Amino acid sequence: MDDQRTHIISALVLHKPGVLQRVAGLFTRRGFNIESITVGTSEQEEIARMTIIAKGDGKVLEQITKQLNKIIDVIKVRDLEPENTVKRELCLIKVHSPTEKIRAEVVQYVNIFRGRVIDVSPETLTIEMTGASDKIDALIDLVKGFGIKEIARTGPTAMSRGVKTI
Amino acid sequence: MRGGEALLKSLENQGVDVVFGYPGGQLLPLYDMIYDSDLRHILVRHEQCAAHAADGYARASGKVGVCIATSGPGATNLVTGIATAYMDSSPIVAIAGQVPTGLIGNDAFQEVDTLGMTMPITKHNFQPITSKEIPEMVKSAFYIAGTGRPGPVVLDLPKDVQEQELDFENDVKINLPGYKPTRKGHPLQIKRAASLIGNAKKPVILAGGGVIISNSSEELLKLSELVGAPVTTSLLGKGSFPEDHDLSLGMLGMHGRLSANFAVDKCDCLIAVGCRFSDRTTGKISEFAKNAKIIHIDIDPAEIGKNVDVDIPIVGDAKIILSNLIRAISQNKMSSKSMEWVNRVKDFKQTCIPKMSFDNTPLKPQQVIKEIAEAVDDDTIVTTDVGQNQMWMAHYFTSRKPKTFLSSGGLGTMGFGFPAAIGAKVAMPESDVVAVAGDGGFLMVSQELATVKEYDIPVVICVLDNRYLGMVAQWQNLFYEKRLSHTHLGESPDFVKLAEAFGVAADRVERPGELREVLSSAINSGEPTLIDVTIDPDEILPMVPPGCGLTEIVGEYKTEPNNSEDVPYHEAAKERAGD
Repeated sequence: MDDQRTHIISALVLHKPGVLQRVAGLFTRRGFNIESITVGTSEQEEIARMTIIAKGDGKVLEQITKQLNKIIDVIKVRDLEPENTVKRELCLIKVHSPTEKIRAEVVQYVNIFRGRVIDVSPETLTIEMTGASDKIDALIDLVKGFGIKEIARTGPTAMSRGVKTI
Repeated sequence: MRGGEALLKSLENQGVDVVFGYPGGQLLPLYDMIYDSDLRHILVRHEQCAAHAADGYARASGKVGVCIATSGPGATNLVTGIATAYMDSSPIVAIAGQVPTGLIGNDAFQEVDTLGMTMPITKHNFQPITSKEIPEMVKSAFYIAGTGRPGPVVLDLPKDVQEQELDFENDVKINLPGYKPTRKGHPLQIKRAASLIGNAKKPVILAGGGVIISNSSEELLKLSELVGAPVTTSLLGKGSFPEDHDLSLGMLGMHGRLSANFAVDKCDCLIAVGCRFSDRTTGKISEFAKNAKIIHIDIDPAEIGKNVDVDIPIVGDAKIILSNLIRAISQNKMSSKSMEWVNRVKDFKQTCIPKMSFDNTPLKPQQVIKEIAEAVDDDTIVTTDVGQNQMWMAHYFTSRKPKTFLSSGGLGTMGFGFPAAIGAKVAMPESDVVAVAGDGGFLMVSQELATVKEYDIPVVICVLDNRYLGMVAQWQNLFYEKRLSHTHLGESPDFVKLAEAFGVAADRVERPGELREVLSSAINSGEPTLIDVTIDPDEILPMVPPGCGLTEIVGEYKTEPNNSEDVPYHEAAKERAGD
């Protein structure tokens, strides 16, 4: 058995009600370890693209792929090669920043990480950060000290590099 | 045309001539339309039995079975039957009523999330929001249920949609871009399999329900004889291979025949066809066929590598693949070594011939099964319930033809046997149908006596009556220090009187030799009949404990006196099986 690895599974599914439930339900029912699912419209109107991040060995991955393929509303499933995949996640972080000094510091970090401040109040700054999940983790770690009021993450979405499509 | 009429017309277009159903509030429009239609509707007395009957209909005929129930409790009662069909890959279309679209989500009277509830136990499900969608949905439902690996499909039909007007088109196109079952096996894999089988010295075939579903019994027999491979079956594969054939090993697994378990343990090549390697079939996975290269033929790619690691996977329809395999192997002559194997298998099979004649009272189940076997012919469809009755039938009853042994395998649903027999008889009116049940399982569905009486469906029910939940008690006896916690059923009811209260003929059998005649005349009477067979509650069938290898049997077998006197059955078999 090979080692546990995080897999990026890209799936094309029919864009209709209940499909996300079919996919998510499958993970529960089969006892697969799912880390995140993102779903949204694709280049074709009637088709949605899902990105599923799941952990498991080769055997588990094979089952996940095959079971996903069995769902009638799932059109195509592919396990993306991590080295040939672009992967991005969106994260919103609301940081407690009651003083001028803290705000300056936070903005500095945000600039270094190429994030953006998208909302300000006397008490808080809200940061938008898009990037690799570990970069987002790093920024969260940095600003944690000031006090984080809220985090909302989308989970990664991904596609193959270059001309390759699924 | 209204939505409900479109549904009925679509069913008719699919060749449906009978449905098993139970009306209710949210189905009032549809039932009003059924009133005027030519569709044969059989009113069962519990929705669960509608699903089981549709399932029995499907298993006996190979066609898609149809059941109907109302929303809420009607739909929840269907669930057990749908899950049963799902586990055993039986094609049914279950139609459920639903509250009007405007009330969905309001916790309206008798509302339940049927789609959400049945998602994990169906191949697919649908809910039309407008009546226009109905024709395509019905066509898709039948196509999905009956093709590839068959399975149940649910159609959840809101009340207002049943009444909404539409322009009905007979010739609808279906669009299922995500559903393309593979039928032809990969040629290279078939070639590899052929060469592996050709070089095997000790091949064994494991046939599952897929052989029956794909109608490939003939090919199975041909392959087995061609390469000298003995055949064992899973519970659902029973009947796929004639069990009185020299090369038949009987059923494999926890409650299987020892000869089968030993042969699989010793074989060097296992050809598994249309089976899913259930834990009841394999025993401990790490011990399963540990000396063998495994070829797995299945139409569902997800079954390959799910439970057992295989050397050569072939995805596709068993009939096509077996034919190709036979063609590829035909050039290779059977080696003398495989004859040696065949002879060895025959030899240890001889050691294991179970004793079936007993003159004890209370009746021994072996004797009961023997008399059932003597009273029926090869075309008789037998259904079983779940529990000891099922395993005694699986073990001792000789099946010779596919689609004649119907049993709930995967879900192990008590109460399956009797309603499945109703469905089977409706599907195959020319065949005799005998349901074998335990007293526990039969009591779960005994209200269907009203159905067989009302519609004059002449099935014969043999209730193997030991006043115990026999299989659970067997496990308690073997693994829980004989602490029979709540498995004694007490002394009521009197099944003969119960049947008579429904107007169904009934008889009681207590002594050896009686059942054969009573059963024969019940079958010949052409009337539904219940036979209460009083059996010995102390008789158990030896088994492989859960988590053990297939050869680690507990309990004593009784063998024919000529075979290995004084040596326990499995010791002698083990010896003959050799290394």
